[in-house]
Amino acid sequence: MSKVLMKGNEAIAEAAVRAGCLNYFAYPITPQTEVAEYLSKRLTEVDGVFLQGESEVAVSYMIFGASACGERVFTTSSSPGVSLMSEGISYITAAQCPAVFVNIMRGGPGLGGILPSQADYFQSTKGGGHGDYRLLVMAPASVQEAVEMVMEAFSLAEKYRNPVMILGDGLIGQMMEPVEFPEHLKIEPSNKDDWATSGMDTRKSNKRNLVKTLYLNPEELNAHNLMLKAKYEKMEQDETRFENYNSKGDYKALIVSYGTMSRVCRTAIDRLKAEGLEVAMLRPQFLFPFPRKAIYEAAQKESCQAVFSIEMSMGQMMEDVDRSIAGQRPVYWYGKCGGEVPTPEEVMDEVKKVLNL
Amino acid sequence: MGKTFQKPKALADTLTHYCPGCTHGIAHRLVAEVIDELGIRGRTVGIAPVGCAVLMYNYFTFDFQEAAHGRAPAMATGIKRVRPDLMVFTYQGDGDLASIGMGEIVHAANRGEKFTTIFINNAVYGMTGGQMAPTTMPNQRTTTSPFGRKTSNTGMPIRVSEMLATLQTPSYITRQTLTRPKYVNRAKKAIKQAFTYQMEDRCFSLVELISTCPTNWGMTPLDAIKWAEEKMLPYFPLGTFKTPEDN
Repeated sequence: MSKVLMKGNEAIAEAAVRAGCLNYFAYPITPQTEVAEYLSKRLTEVDGVFLQGESEVAVSYMIFGASACGERVFTTSSSPGVSLMSEGISYITAAQCPAVFVNIMRGGPGLGGILPSQADYFQSTKGGGHGDYRLLVMAPASVQEAVEMVMEAFSLAEKYRNPVMILGDGLIGQMMEPVEFPEHLKIEPSNKDDWATSGMDTRKSNKRNLVKTLYLNPEELNAHNLMLKAKYEKMEQDETRFENYNSKGDYKALIVSYGTMSRVCRTAIDRLKAEGLEVAMLRPQFLFPFPRKAIYEAAQKESCQAVFSIEMSMGQMMEDVDRSIAGQRPVYWYGKCGGEVPTPEEVMDEVKKVLNL
Repeated sequence: MGKTFQKPKALADTLTHYCPGCTHGIAHRLVAEVIDELGIRGRTVGIAPVGCAVLMYNYFTFDFQEAAHGRAPAMATGIKRVRPDLMVFTYQGDGDLASIGMGEIVHAANRGEKFTTIFINNAVYGMTGGQMAPTTMPNQRTTTSPFGRKTSNTGMPIRVSEMLATLQTPSYITRQTLTRPKYVNRAKKAIKQAFTYQMEDRCFSLVELISTCPTNWGMTPLDAIKWAEEKMLPYFPLGTFKTPEDN
């Protein structure tokens, strides 16, 4: 199939349909509303379900109910909306239901702004809702990658019976880029008979299914949490994804950056190279699990004097970078968090300043 | 001759955790009898609330989901939209439905979601130990209105059925009680009617049941029944507020 020029939000919507997800519940919020607008038309063509809920809180439970009866379902929102959905996300994770959430991040806290940001890093990777839970967090850096991640997200959600969060910044949602959709996506629905409340008549066994999150017995709740922990450890083992850039030579510094910010860093690295300064980048494609080991190893290079966490948030990811480096190299933060994306020049200046060049 | 009276198949053969004199047991049995009579156990999904009935799935023998506080109507919406062939009901108390979940129930009713709600109104939060609910009666003592509910700063009890009946979309809104055998029979008819409307693919239906909570009201079961009839029924009159014919 040839490439088409598409806005990120619309491409995300189309990708979900092509991944076989025909059920979408959402509430309007800038800068991701185009997803709902697109699907309000598109889903009627494929006999799907489109519903605009009364709030993000309600939407998260519509997702829960639909997912708990075994159907593929997803929603999209932006930062303040995802805060509201976080209650439901905690329940869905506890109940081990698969679902896909997309957060096209805007600046916070509070109403913040409507321009791009990466300030929901903690919310996505560390919790957001209550209790010990993790989401598999995918962070696309282009519209094409957003499409591929959306299409893979449903399989991963079903594989782990866990919600997947696609964390894009406002630019990913709003910019237009050429994108190519895979012509045929092999959709292999997982067998949900042993847990989904799909109605007893639809299953071979006579056993009724129960989707619940209440464990009043402390030993049972502890065992439940240990089981969830083992699942997250399995994700860390099998689903760590990252990409290296300019990492072959003797680089003086290592940048860790993701999403739109990583593309700016890439330009900065190219320009620094032209000036004779080698800087490498490690771009986490998944933020949970976080590529701790890869970052540790990349920072070990003898020539590497400093590690940077460059992000559109106030050092949220830096905490994970710092933890990965384990004190082996100094870690510096650079970023902006008001909706402006740092320029390549600003990144270059910051790197040179720290390296005393 | 076989048994003429037995436990419905939809009801599990087990003891419940409900207090003596509580009407949840009757309401559960009525729902189970209706599900048996309509032959829909294999395609029914119940949604348990947060409240005394949070563990209700232990007492039924078909698929169940457990909601967060107040969110059962949103979950029911999710199920019914993606699986319209399933029979779906929520079972919610007054704190769950009329306080924290008021938004969800109003919008589900107004969208005409095709599920059924059983609304247990006993004028108090049961599971957390007897706090004031939106349906608590004026001057009724609860653990958070120890001098009696002051309507001057907490308003009057919310009449959920009448309020939802102002919406055009719902097909069936009725209020019944469980204080006497004749009322129990009427309540069962109402529940069966609500499920039947759902089978006919009609819009949202709600059966409110004026119920007793002897434990948190601090009364004997008999006094509780008397109190419900004398104090609650004049303010929460029995009756059907909406039928499909009204639309």
